[in-house]
Amino acid sequence: MIAELGLAMLWIAAALACLSLIAGLLFLRNGKAELGALVRPLSVGMGLLTMGAFFLLIWLFVRSDMSVELVARNSNSLKPMIFKVAGTWGNHEGSMLLWLAILCLSGALVALFEKRLREDTLIATLTAQAALSLGFFAFLLFSSNPFNRLPIAPPDGQGLNPLLQDIGLAFHPPTLYLGYVGLSVAFSFAVGALITREVGPAFARAMRPWVLGSWIFLTIGITAGSYWAYYELGWGGWWFWDPVENVSLVPWLAGAALLHSVSVTATRNALRAWTVMLAVIGFSMSMVGTFIVRSGLLTSVHSFAVDPERGAFLLVLMALYIGGALTLFAVRAGAVAEGKKFALMSREGSLVVNNLLLTTILALVLLGTLYPIVAEAMGEKISVGPPYYNKVAGPLALILCLVMVAGPLLNWRRDDGSRLWTRLPPALLAGAVVLFGLVLFGGSVGILPLLGMTVAAIVAVASLAPLWGRNLRRTPLPTWGMVVAHFGVAVCLAGMGAETAFIKEKLVAAAVGDVVKIGRYEVEFRDIKPEAGPNYTSLKAVLIAKTPSGQRILMKPESRMFPGLLGTPPTETNEAALLTRPGGQLYAVLGVPVPSADGQPDRYQLRLWWKPLVWWIWLGGGLIALGGLLSLIGRAQFLAIWRTRRARKAEERFA
Amino acid sequence: MKAKHQRLILAVLAVIGVAGAGVLGASALRDEAAYFRTPVEVKAGAVKVDEAMRLGGMVASGSIERLADGLTIRFVATDGKASLPVEYTGIVPDLFAEESGMVADGRMRADGTFVADRILAKHDERYMPPQMGDMPENAAKMAPAL
Repeated sequence: MIAELGLAMLWIAAALACLSLIAGLLFLRNGKAELGALVRPLSVGMGLLTMGAFFLLIWLFVRSDMSVELVARNSNSLKPMIFKVAGTWGNHEGSMLLWLAILCLSGALVALFEKRLREDTLIATLTAQAALSLGFFAFLLFSSNPFNRLPIAPPDGQGLNPLLQDIGLAFHPPTLYLGYVGLSVAFSFAVGALITREVGPAFARAMRPWVLGSWIFLTIGITAGSYWAYYELGWGGWWFWDPVENVSLVPWLAGAALLHSVSVTATRNALRAWTVMLAVIGFSMSMVGTFIVRSGLLTSVHSFAVDPERGAFLLVLMALYIGGALTLFAVRAGAVAEGKKFALMSREGSLVVNNLLLTTILALVLLGTLYPIVAEAMGEKISVGPPYYNKVAGPLALILCLVMVAGPLLNWRRDDGSRLWTRLPPALLAGAVVLFGLVLFGGSVGILPLLGMTVAAIVAVASLAPLWGRNLRRTPLPTWGMVVAHFGVAVCLAGMGAETAFIKEKLVAAAVGDVVKIGRYEVEFRDIKPEAGPNYTSLKAVLIAKTPSGQRILMKPESRMFPGLLGTPPTETNEAALLTRPGGQLYAVLGVPVPSADGQPDRYQLRLWWKPLVWWIWLGGGLIALGGLLSLIGRAQFLAIWRTRRARKAEERFA
Repeated sequence: MKAKHQRLILAVLAVIGVAGAGVLGASALRDEAAYFRTPVEVKAGAVKVDEAMRLGGMVASGSIERLADGLTIRFVATDGKASLPVEYTGIVPDLFAEESGMVADGRMRADGTFVADRILAKHDERYMPPQMGDMPENAAKMAPAL
């Protein structure tokens, strides 16, 4: 019954989307206010129904209802509860339903809370949102129905890939989806504003929280995904330039560009056409991301649905939306292009350079990701790997960081550069100290990590410069947000540089009792023992790591064996052991046993890394997200509403 | 005049940016893009010794052997048409197994062995690299002799 109810809710929501689209279009054509008034409640209804359907699907997974095909294929009654719940979106259909639920929910939130926009622009925005969701309803209902029943229910499900049974991965996709979908709201705002020709500060202010919010989620999603790959895959790398990583990075870059340009539009009413264009690009990139992941078009460690029919469906949707938006943009661009003027040497000028660099990096990453597809269509099989990306993205990112040093110290409209002169020297000094220190004492450091750490030092000091001479208690939250986020970039960059430059690696076959030296650490192989988990058996090594200061710390890398269920082959996973120290992380992976001949004790493969400052990478990512959050809170409408209400109440009390 | 002037500068900057990006991207692609090859192409002489490449194939049944140092493995990668010996020193990824797909970065050694720096296995046990879509399904079982 639950599955049928869920399906019915989806169909009704799709019908509401249809109605909302028609009502909105008629209103925009004829200006009939009573039709326009329908759009808001319809959007709220859609949001509630799709969220309801999504919760029903979760409920089916929780109950392990094996008569539903999706549950039977992706769940198992033996799985821990948290992974049953997470299994809901750990597959194609469920994740598309989650996508749609978030899309409709954000439509409902816009309908309920957005008060700054002109009414007709808001209705145009919601109409665009309805058109978007309609396409995805069609995709879900016609080609990936999550509520499909099986004629005969199997005794138990086929389980979830054991690699995916991990708490990090359980929450990684929804976080990225929240980011992707937030960009869809920005896209709808842009389309709405183009339709009613209201591209200006009000539109930018309405769009900004969605851009910020989505960018925060993308930042968290990418950071968490990087950490997940780092400890779960057992390769010890934090970024592989894998196509699926790239397609999450590309919308992030677009979001970063957009949130800077939207500030210019909101504050200065300049860069209007560009902001609209970026909103279109941002959402296009998140659709490209969804398309690439979902169609299995690319060779990637992540691709898990190789299905041409679904790929074609998504491709058509993508062409429709992006093409439609670009056509609308072409028709209306003339009406929005004229913005306020500014000098090149100004805050706006630096943000233009920021946007140019971000979009250039975006284009180059996208080129590297899509090039193999194009090449294959022309008969050449090619793979583009990390050397390409490091070569093109690395130098540009460093230049971008230098612009980031100067931008916040410039005034809006025009600037004589006086603050640059007074505030930059300490930052440059810090950079020089790091550079000379590394050249003199660092040994042979690659050029990119060397420059990376130098720029990190400059950015770290310069990012605090906007706070100098200010009353810190009176500094507005968005300024704090900017400072924290820029400082986070420096922390992240320093971590990347130090890890790349000074990493130490050791691979050994060790027997119990052996001691392995890695960097300034000594690791003793104390013991190895078998263990049984809820749905796996494992081998656990007991290592004692001796730190340079003589402290002894236990590390337990583990290798897990999952039995094959219902015809799936058995799989093994490596659980790395991490030892986090202020100066970096010690990383240990247990490989397979090496049987020894003639009475020697068995040996085990052991891979050890010393990774200096590696955790700064994710700390930096966290700081960037925190900066976004501070900025979002500082600009939030509810705060302003709350303040006015409090002021009004105080007035009433005295009246 | 001023506004026009400014827009002109912006447009020139944008054009320089786009052109620069294009040149940078094209040159980096020419230098760094590695070819994806299957064993049959390698056997046909498509790659030179020591040229960076990515090899895709199935791990042939019963071919994984471990060397005495405990760290190096040898196995046979096949696409059903040709087979290639592969050597790798390190811990293999979680989903690496006989009769499943694998992709390896590395280079050919003069003796005709592919030496892998890194082996990628896929998150899904049903996975097969799309570039090998034209491979027979039971390729791993019918690997031709080396």
